[in-house]
Amino acid sequence: MKLSKAQYDEIAQFLGHVQPTRQSLRKLKEKFPSQSQSTLLSIFSQEYQKQIKRTHAKHHTAEAIETYYQRYLNGVMKNAAAPVLLDLANEVDFAPSLMARIVLERFLQEKEQAIPSKTLISSMLRDPSQIPDGVLANQVYQCTVNDCCYGPLVDCIKHAVGHEHEVLLREMLLEKNLSFIAEDQLRAKGYDKTPDFILEVPVAVEGHIIHWIESKASFGDESSHQAYLQDQFWSYWNRFGPGLVIYWYGFIEELDCHRERGILLKDCFPTDIVTLRHSMAQR
Amino acid sequence: FSIDVFKMLDLGVSVNHIHDKLASLSSLQKDFVPFLLNFLREQTSQILTNGPSTPAKTPNSKAHGSQRTGSERRTGHASSSRVQLFSPRTSVTASLPVRRGRRRGSSSVGASGRQGARDLGCSLAEEEDGKSDSASWSGGRRKSSGAPLVSARSPPSQLNLNNLEEFPPMGAASGWAKSKPSRRINPTPVSAERPLSKPKTCFTSTPVSRSPAAHWSAGSSPEAFAAVQEGNLSSVMSNSLQEEREMLKKERYSLRISFDPGTPTKPSYTRSASLPAESHLVTCANPAKVSCKKQLECLAQLYSSCIAENLVPNIFLELFFVLQLLTSKGTSTAEDGDSDPEINVSGRQHFESVHNCVYFAVRVLDYQFEIISHLEKGMLKLLAENERISSFSPTLHKRLRQAYESSTAKVSLLLPCSVQSVSFQPETDNRSNFPSDRAFQVFKKQRDIFYELLREWEDNHEKTVWDFERVLGSKIRAMMAHLSATCNHSRFARLFQKQLIQMCKGPIGGGASWGDTPDQDVLNMLGSDNLSRLKRLQERFVVPQSIRGPCPPPSFPGCQQFFRDFILSAGSYQFNQHLVDSLCLKILELNGLTLVEHDHSDGETDMEEQDEKKRFTVALLSLRLLAKFLGFIVFLPYRTAEQPAGDMPDSALVLRNQTLPVLDILKLLRQSIRDQRSILTIPWIVEYLSLVDHVAPFLDYYRKVFGLLLLMVLSEDKEMSFLNKLLILAVLGWLFQVELFLLCCILSAFPSFSHQDFVPLVDQQLLYTCCPYLSELRKLLASFVAGSGGKNGGFIRKITPTAAESLAPKASVTQQKLQVDLEQAFFHNQPPSLRRTVEFVAERVGSNCVKHIKATLVADLVQRAEAMLQDKVKEEDVNHDKLLEEVCTHLYEEGAQALIKGREFCKKKGPEAVRVLLPEETSAAVLSSAESIAVELATEKACGWLSANIAALIKREVKATFNRMLKVPGFPLPGVDAVELRRDCPPGCQHCAPFPSQMINEIKYVLCVAVGPREEGEVVDYVWLECLLGRLSQTLRCRKFMCPTAEQQLAKCTVELASLLVSDRVPLSLGIKSSEKSPERLRGKNDPTSGLLKLLFSIWKEDFGTSVPVQLIFSKKNVGYLTEAKQREWDLFLFLLHGLTEHELMRTSEIQSCLHSLEELPWPSVSN
Repeated sequence: MKLSKAQYDEIAQFLGHVQPTRQSLRKLKEKFPSQSQSTLLSIFSQEYQKQIKRTHAKHHTAEAIETYYQRYLNGVMKNAAAPVLLDLANEVDFAPSLMARIVLERFLQEKEQAIPSKTLISSMLRDPSQIPDGVLANQVYQCTVNDCCYGPLVDCIKHAVGHEHEVLLREMLLEKNLSFIAEDQLRAKGYDKTPDFILEVPVAVEGHIIHWIESKASFGDESSHQAYLQDQFWSYWNRFGPGLVIYWYGFIEELDCHRERGILLKDCFPTDIVTLRHSMAQR
Repeated sequence: FSIDVFKMLDLGVSVNHIHDKLASLSSLQKDFVPFLLNFLREQTSQILTNGPSTPAKTPNSKAHGSQRTGSERRTGHASSSRVQLFSPRTSVTASLPVRRGRRRGSSSVGASGRQGARDLGCSLAEEEDGKSDSASWSGGRRKSSGAPLVSARSPPSQLNLNNLEEFPPMGAASGWAKSKPSRRINPTPVSAERPLSKPKTCFTSTPVSRSPAAHWSAGSSPEAFAAVQEGNLSSVMSNSLQEEREMLKKERYSLRISFDPGTPTKPSYTRSASLPAESHLVTCANPAKVSCKKQLECLAQLYSSCIAENLVPNIFLELFFVLQLLTSKGTSTAEDGDSDPEINVSGRQHFESVHNCVYFAVRVLDYQFEIISHLEKGMLKLLAENERISSFSPTLHKRLRQAYESSTAKVSLLLPCSVQSVSFQPETDNRSNFPSDRAFQVFKKQRDIFYELLREWEDNHEKTVWDFERVLGSKIRAMMAHLSATCNHSRFARLFQKQLIQMCKGPIGGGASWGDTPDQDVLNMLGSDNLSRLKRLQERFVVPQSIRGPCPPPSFPGCQQFFRDFILSAGSYQFNQHLVDSLCLKILELNGLTLVEHDHSDGETDMEEQDEKKRFTVALLSLRLLAKFLGFIVFLPYRTAEQPAGDMPDSALVLRNQTLPVLDILKLLRQSIRDQRSILTIPWIVEYLSLVDHVAPFLDYYRKVFGLLLLMVLSEDKEMSFLNKLLILAVLGWLFQVELFLLCCILSAFPSFSHQDFVPLVDQQLLYTCCPYLSELRKLLASFVAGSGGKNGGFIRKITPTAAESLAPKASVTQQKLQVDLEQAFFHNQPPSLRRTVEFVAERVGSNCVKHIKATLVADLVQRAEAMLQDKVKEEDVNHDKLLEEVCTHLYEEGAQALIKGREFCKKKGPEAVRVLLPEETSAAVLSSAESIAVELATEKACGWLSANIAALIKREVKATFNRMLKVPGFPLPGVDAVELRRDCPPGCQHCAPFPSQMINEIKYVLCVAVGPREEGEVVDYVWLECLLGRLSQTLRCRKFMCPTAEQQLAKCTVELASLLVSDRVPLSLGIKSSEKSPERLRGKNDPTSGLLKLLFSIWKEDFGTSVPVQLIFSKKNVGYLTEAKQREWDLFLFLLHGLTEHELMRTSEIQSCLHSLEELPWPSVSN
């Protein structure tokens, strides 16, 4: 659903310093019952990520890392079953998964006497059973499971959501008899930057001709949209011409300002589609 | 007595005579033509107030280009007209000799006043007739008719109505069908030069009959004046060269012989009809008031011959001048023709009256009718409606009208221009075409940055505060640095060049806005029928209307500006060099376009010819654009702000004479002349040359080029298609006017040669697109619109092409060559479309063949290679490169199949395509020959490529696949699991199961509650969880929305869930159901959890398409949960182990080894 800038700002403001837990999500839903759950979650996640980006450096100073590690050690010494890491993360306003990563990295560094590789850490976060310390494994697992904005589970959910919407879009295209080339085919052909779907025969959506469709299973807020424009949409335009972006979880209305230039925003599959008569006749 | 008769009688004789004279006196030509042109300019300087003054040719051969400033050339913006380039005396045209006007005005108050009234009457009549669009005009004018004196006396300074920029003239809009001609009202020229003139206009006279015949009958023998003023000419020439005087004398003599003028009498009509006038209105030119007719006729003939012989530097400049005369507004008071003969004898004025000017102009137009008749329709309309022409020469009027009616040459300077990006071409733009990943990355990035800059420019460049260099300069240079670092300039240069063509090949330098397509709302409002009207209206507003004269300096309009500024800001030697390469390459490619002649006996030629013209137009416009930029870059380093000081820098000349130009335009020019295709080559060479620096023209090389171009003009062939000729003359005329230095070498002795005809490819649209300054002629006329009309028959000027492309090959000895010759011969007598079809089919089928082989044979091989690689990669830690090489070598042999398959493909597809594309009626023999040639050519192309490249292709593809295989993120090499993943949905699946993401989310919630921390009383409802597992089962069965990562995550999460369940970590709220269930405990395990576990077994076993990492149950972490659990849960654990083996999820041995490895872990000393 489309939100006006003002509506969006209201939600974003409420999200100010909410912790990324399931409890917070529940509150959010109560506060804004008219908004769809996925829209709220998407906005929440984006807002939280913005906040984390702002404070990321603060939590990664050598001092901070040392403090966190010592607090973790002291905590588990007292009670290994207590949610030490999770509480610590909440206390310092940092994402539990990222806190788990910091502490795990520090732990491995001490144990191996070397800086562990990023892949190893990621792998351990994905599967805490690999962590050589049982207590830490439990603590880390608790963090990643409870985090609703970061961590392997969330990443996987996001990935799955994106994939599902791509499939949905594909279904709709098939239903409308619009032939397309999908991203994987395009990649196989050697295209460098590819939207999800390129229409083999362009169509007009709401009077604007489009050559490609990109599916985004997220809410289109200002910062993410700007980033997408920069990294993806303009690049698609540069290569394939004008196109359509579907933000399935809605977007800020005011961002749909590049229609004339060839980037169209929608929050659902468009209904007003005009096809080239010639190509339709062949079907 | 008619002028035309007079002309007809005399034209042949006199023109031929002049021509002979000119030919015999070639040494005189050099000075005569400039003299004549300057003479005309001088003579008319006082009467011309409309439009900019047209530069004449200056006879001073040393005065080249000294006024041209460097900055003007550099930016190309300079609006200052080239007029400045010419000798100071031409600038007289701008100012009026007030003194003379005043004197004359007062001396003949009575006579000219009445004339003025008459003229005004005419004008008012026009006004009444004209249902003018320009309400403001007519309103103002009507008022003036009510209070004439006020209007006439109003200070001229208030009126800026003759400022054509503020009050653009309206295009003539009257229809022929109207019985009464409708006319536009002209802006009244009230120029500041006449503040002292006395407004003595009288408004009593009624509108006179406007019939041209009336004028004629009213005026008594106009030739009378000629006789009176006989002898004028010689006095005019008194300060000129002796030779010319002699010549003109002879001319005059010959004219006098041919028709003896009558007795000089002053017709009373003229006198009585004249009133003193300092009219603010356009003077009504009257054929009866023409004086010195004979001399004027003589001059007109001379002048026309010069134009016809291309002795003038720029014919369109002269036409512009003539139209200026035609539309002159009569500011002199001598227009009543009442001037004393004595003044004329001594006072050298043949063009002092509007009547004389118009007379002269109409005569010249008559002589130049052929050129005029080829101009665009709007122009013809204006001419045909011009009442001065109709009153001075009814025959010319009639011819013009016919030309207009039959003309189809509608020209729009506002072609739709939608800006698009250069599309990504996977064949050339993909990674394998780059030496390194980094180069590829940088190129990708630069492409995006480039468009970003372009967008920024589009958004902002029209804002006054925005400065290209300041905003984009550093970004561009950063980009250049990146490109240098990866040696990527050539690719970027190619993109730059492609985008340049894409955006700027339109007529006005490409639109400045992105959204040129009409707004949907506007479309809805108007309907598409009215779109063309809308377009015309838009054109009216967008295309500049101000008259700037027909010789604008070279410029970079519209989007071209961006590209020019980009080059300047980049200031990169490497980039420029690569851009030059890219431009040259494209120029050579386009310049090589085949110009096909069409056989008119063939019925289908119309369409083909149209296509051909279209192709030609596109090529020509692109060439001109590219050449301009090439010239810009090539001469950029030598650009100077000022003309090099006095003495020519000899050292520079000597050095630069040693260097060869990047593109050998002299050679290309010569080739084009030889191959009869200069119509394509000259226009772009002109663009290139228009940007030369100050010194270049003095280099030997460019001297030759200019000389050759000049020769083209002088020796142009009468056989050439007229519009082709016009285009060449127009662009060369423009160049010569731009490059004034040429005057110094004009008419040097060149060997005479003749170039032959061309394929007629130019139409008016192209002519005007290439030479937008030609529309200046129209604007001039439009600013002086007086309408008259009628409908008449028309005539069509048909251009017959006579060129033939030589196809005759040389004889050869070898059989193969003979075959080729036979093939050529076969095509020779067939319509050219056959050849093109066959070549086209061959080209396409050949290319498709390669694609097909890639998609089938190569794809299969790659798939096999993939399987082989997968096995071997798993085996041991082998050297990847070696492995790859091994596998590929294995496949090369089978690659040889490609040739056989390719041949089959061509043999099958070629004939199909040829049959579809050739006319049904093609004879069987011709068809089969065509088919076999097409197959032959296609096979040659495809197999040639395949045999050379198949090995490399296989290797490349296999390597790419292998790399992908190694890089697949998140999960290990897809082996057997991957195959399993390709399961389908169960039959009849409605795809309405919950989404995988939803399931992960819900299970995540359960895990959350399980691992805590929990809120007070937070539980997981048993039934809900049971139900969740049921939905999970559905989700897993429907494969539609499943992706591997999601499935793997689900597998992992369910295993975690199982571990948490058996260690009693999930706070289940049992409710009623548990009590019901409790009696029927399976295997003695009286726990509801076992029910959930059983569900999980089934899901793991039946529903997952991926392998479930059940061994994670034995991980230290999960076993750790157990160790904290009570005895009951150990029972559950046993139940779990049983279940695993029962459902064949794990073998007993596997479980044993897992348990065994658990023993090795350090366990807390106290366990439950």
